[in-house]
Amino acid sequence: MALTGLFLSIFLITHLAGNLQLLDMSPEGQQKFNEYARFMTTFPLVKVVSYLLYFSILFHAFDGFLLTIQNRKARPVKYAYEKPGANSAWYARQMALLGTLILVFLVIHMKHFWYEMHWGDIPTVTDTSGKPMKDLYSVVAAAFTQLWYVALYVVMMGVLAFHLLHGFQSAFQSLGLNHPRYTPIIKNVGVFFAVVVPIFFALIPVWMFINA
Amino acid sequence: MGNMKLTLKIWRQNGPNDQGKMVSYPVNNVSEDMSFLEMLDVLNDDLVRKGEDPIAFDHDCREGICGSCSLFINGEAHGPGRLITTCQLHMRKFKDGDTIHVEPWRAEAFPVIKDLAVNRSAFDRIQAAGGFVTVNTSGNLVDGNAVPIPKDDADKAFDAATCIGCGACVATCVNSSAMLFVAAKVSQFALLPQGKPEAKRRVLAMVEQMDKEGFGNCSNTGACEVECPKGISLEHIARMNREYLAASVTKE
Repeated sequence: MALTGLFLSIFLITHLAGNLQLLDMSPEGQQKFNEYARFMTTFPLVKVVSYLLYFSILFHAFDGFLLTIQNRKARPVKYAYEKPGANSAWYARQMALLGTLILVFLVIHMKHFWYEMHWGDIPTVTDTSGKPMKDLYSVVAAAFTQLWYVALYVVMMGVLAFHLLHGFQSAFQSLGLNHPRYTPIIKNVGVFFAVVVPIFFALIPVWMFINA
Repeated sequence: MGNMKLTLKIWRQNGPNDQGKMVSYPVNNVSEDMSFLEMLDVLNDDLVRKGEDPIAFDHDCREGICGSCSLFINGEAHGPGRLITTCQLHMRKFKDGDTIHVEPWRAEAFPVIKDLAVNRSAFDRIQAAGGFVTVNTSGNLVDGNAVPIPKDDADKAFDAATCIGCGACVATCVNSSAMLFVAAKVSQFALLPQGKPEAKRRVLAMVEQMDKEGFGNCSNTGACEVECPKGISLEHIARMNREYLAASVTKE
């Protein structure tokens, strides 16, 4: 859980770094993004890492599902009166729910862009050397002209933020990395990560919607 | 006798296989200086005089060191207040006219025996699986300074050893996980030279037994640390995770 979680966190950084190119909506920016998308779907080393990524997503979800089943079984009779807020944060207790929402979002997200890029019938443009290349940019731009789609992305980035808020520092604790000197730093980095990364992700659809 | 009037909603269950339900009891003449258990004594005295079945609950030392008293009071293990057991919870924490919910520890691994008393022998079996040093410690006293131990390690081992095995960590945990208890028992030995020779075997055996008993998994919510009457730190869980990972990888 912890290892795949941390790997997925690292993926978020690279995914964000690449997709911030979408903010440049000029023709040159569109060209650059499409070239980047082609590189990411064809370069062999990226392909290897992408299979590790698919495995991590599936393992993280499946392991989380198994652990949640076990945890449910561990308390067959519920308390009649509970006050869980007295000792823990709601998002820490609802990681399974937040994770499920993210998984559903991932299905929608990957169907719309990842699946279309790989196997979909999307328009092509020509690159600088005159060869045709898939115009993923216009697929993304078209998606983010729909208000409900932009709203979905913004809300889901909020969900992701809470999942990361607990998950980032929790992964270190699960791996046994707890130290009086370093744990406060890990926790602060975790809060920063959980807030900044989703905000920048959410910025992309909002920006494209406004400037469409 | 005091003058607080309270309504108690208490879990009544006639035996392990009984369905069980919450039952309301009015309690009068409660003094704010009573402990929660003394208030229950007053209620039981009342019930016995009326010829009713008194409420079963665990208690022994009534000074916060034995780990017998349990009770999930108003949604919290050992009730409101920090670093206390139920016997150390005073009625001044409540107000006249309050309704107080009292339930047993809820976990598959802690089956209800009767009313508020649960069977915590799962903890004994975890302890028996590895929570000891096999060297004979009686009759062959060695000099205290023969084996130097860093003060910080000795302090941390002692902090872990203050665990009284009450089960509040399990009762509080959203997953009914026993990680804080097992971590305390692993840490108190792992930090000391006397515990080192059996460290690998110990952590593997205790975690295996913990899983067998049907406790849930740790998701690091930190609720256990907050509700623990002895303030056992999550650092011990991390230490157990380290010990466990290392032992799993290097075992032969």
